[in-house]
Amino acid sequence: MTEAGLTMLNRTADSVARATPEPLARKVRGISDKGLAWLFISPTILLLLAINIFPLFWAIYLSFTNYRANRPNEVVRNVGLANYKRILGDQDIWIAMQTTAHFVFWTILLQTLIGFTLAWLIDRKFRGHAFWTTIILVPMMLSPAVVGNFWRFLYEPQIGLFAYAISFVTGIPATQIGMLSNVSLAPWSIVIVDTWMWTPYVMLICLAGLRSIPEYIYEAAEVDRASNWRQFWSITLPMALPFIMLAVLFRGIENFKMFDMVNLLTGGGPGSTTEVASITLKRQAFESWRTGYSSAFAIILFVAVFGLANIYVKALNKVKQR
Amino acid sequence: MKSTLKLTLGLTSAMFASTAVSNVAQAEDLTLCWAAWDPANALVELSKDFTKETGIGMKFEFVPWTNYADRFLNELNSKGKLCDLIIGDSQWIGGSAENGHYVKLNDFFDKEKISMDDFVPATVVGYSEWPKNSPNYWALPAMGDVVGWTYRKDWFSKPELQKEFKEKYGWDLAAPTTFDQLKQIAEFFQKREIDGKTVYGASIYTERGSEGITMGAMDGLYSFGFKYENPDKPYEMDGFVNSEKSVKGLEFYKALYDCCTPPGASNSYMGEGVDAFKSGQVAMHMNFAFTWPGLQKDENVGGDKIGYFANPKGPDGDQFAQLGGQGISVVSYSDKQEAALKYIKWFANKDVQAKWWSLGGFSCLNAVVKDPGFPASQPYAQTFLDSMAIVKDFWAEPSYAPLLQASQKRFHDYVVAGQGSAKDALDGLVKDWTEVFQDDGKM
Repeated sequence: MTEAGLTMLNRTADSVARATPEPLARKVRGISDKGLAWLFISPTILLLLAINIFPLFWAIYLSFTNYRANRPNEVVRNVGLANYKRILGDQDIWIAMQTTAHFVFWTILLQTLIGFTLAWLIDRKFRGHAFWTTIILVPMMLSPAVVGNFWRFLYEPQIGLFAYAISFVTGIPATQIGMLSNVSLAPWSIVIVDTWMWTPYVMLICLAGLRSIPEYIYEAAEVDRASNWRQFWSITLPMALPFIMLAVLFRGIENFKMFDMVNLLTGGGPGSTTEVASITLKRQAFESWRTGYSSAFAIILFVAVFGLANIYVKALNKVKQR
Repeated sequence: MKSTLKLTLGLTSAMFASTAVSNVAQAEDLTLCWAAWDPANALVELSKDFTKETGIGMKFEFVPWTNYADRFLNELNSKGKLCDLIIGDSQWIGGSAENGHYVKLNDFFDKEKISMDDFVPATVVGYSEWPKNSPNYWALPAMGDVVGWTYRKDWFSKPELQKEFKEKYGWDLAAPTTFDQLKQIAEFFQKREIDGKTVYGASIYTERGSEGITMGAMDGLYSFGFKYENPDKPYEMDGFVNSEKSVKGLEFYKALYDCCTPPGASNSYMGEGVDAFKSGQVAMHMNFAFTWPGLQKDENVGGDKIGYFANPKGPDGDQFAQLGGQGISVVSYSDKQEAALKYIKWFANKDVQAKWWSLGGFSCLNAVVKDPGFPASQPYAQTFLDSMAIVKDFWAEPSYAPLLQASQKRFHDYVVAGQGSAKDALDGLVKDWTEVFQDDGKM
């Protein structure tokens, strides 16, 4: 900053200080910059402590007890690691985790492939590309509750458009296409809806990545007579990769705790074929009222997501540094 | 100037007075919590008489069935003051009594000379008593309900269908009295063209999320010989829950689901059942009796087109039906318990109960249901009486919720998802239920 600039800043600060009422100035005078900073951020920190950190520690405490929220008069006993042992040895929990992993894997794979392809196409800047971008983004803007409900109707074997469309293409009678009632099709019905809804989000992040690649790199590649394919593999993909990885991280975390869509579409059924971890957790916590047990399960899920996300972020940083 | 001052003073005092009066009224208002369904609307109508008689206003908090248990059990567990009166599900009675959510009503009943002998015995055991079969009352039987069946009388009476049915099965097409007959009828109607539309055999409960498939499957299981426990040794379930007869019962329910339900009916409960019947999709429809007044009035399927029958007999002639319905209780955290008790006293009155029935509620008072004119009072009244005479209920233990979740999972896994055998499902259920009772220190 120049000398003149500094003088100007000092003058402004001086005039603000003079305008400060005397009693307030007297009070503030004793506080250091650091103190003042703490004063400003303390309401946010207190709020975070109250609604995030305290419940987390409370859940950790409850996970070592036999507490049940529907038995307020019962003595709460410390059960040590019993809840954790029971969860890790429970076959149903492992099945729910496998279902979750299956769901996360396929949704991310499909969303990334389709999302990146769409972003790449939109980035061609053809005529009307802005209009199409807006149209593609519509599903993402809808509420999951609305999406879940209308897809339930679309999947309806007797009146649903989806069943009729499949029937039209394959010749199988629509009444035999029970997307939500068939054990093999139900998991895919959720994957399809989630992909339909969230691919635009992945596309948007990928598009930001593609648009951040400087044009002169492609120009240099053109001068070197690099083919389009070569440009894609050596420039486009590596430079967009951190963005793609970021989208995968966001969608991965989100889908690991997916609840609303599954609950609305299948409720975890038929049987337990679409019962993802969050549905199991909700059932244990608020239907079976095993609060201690479900707290332990929630902590295990938290640690799993946190651990995996950390490993992933490290990998992401490495890619960025390349 | 004086007159302006007087006017201002007058208006101000009138305003204060009206605020004060409305505050008093507000303080006296009672909040009644229940599920959002047809009988709740009837209760709103009925309760206007209570307000007229006592000056106590009534507010209502109705929650859809799918969230009913979650919402109100949370409210009770957190000792909330939202509900002064609650019409809680029959299975909540154990937990609500033991956890102190409900006010014990014995002294009040004695004082007001309300006798439980005046109510249908099954409803007293089901809705009021905890422990069961002991004279400890926590609720007044409010809404009698039981699973029964409706059928398309107009389809059943078509001469060409009657002829074809007789030729095929050797007996007259009529409301079934056994489960075997029910399945034959369901198979007969499955995918049949009637009036240019494809119809299906039966709508049964298959819902996974709350209690649907348990409430449905139990109707088959009970009549096939399922028992919750050894009658001589409480909580001994092995050999009773998973007996050979129980296995046959569950296999039957799955066979009925596989052969004769409409496509996509894998998560069907009360609402979906009503929709299937009203839209003319099914020949028979399993549902709680509370749905009958609405169906009877329906322009397309009601009137002469609908018939009713009680849950049929099993292979050994046993006949039981799943109890529904609820009792009305005073919430112990309410500040208006006295006014709430006044409501219960008023509700127990014979005339009020008679009006309750006429509005579409299902009274549990003997004086109403044993009245000579009762069976003819509605087309479904006799079936309701027959069904209430054969009721059985799910566990009403404080741990009913995990017990229910276990049966929901085991039954849905087998019946709808087709995983494992009926024996596996019931063996698994014994294991799950044993674990719950061991956690409770009851085994």
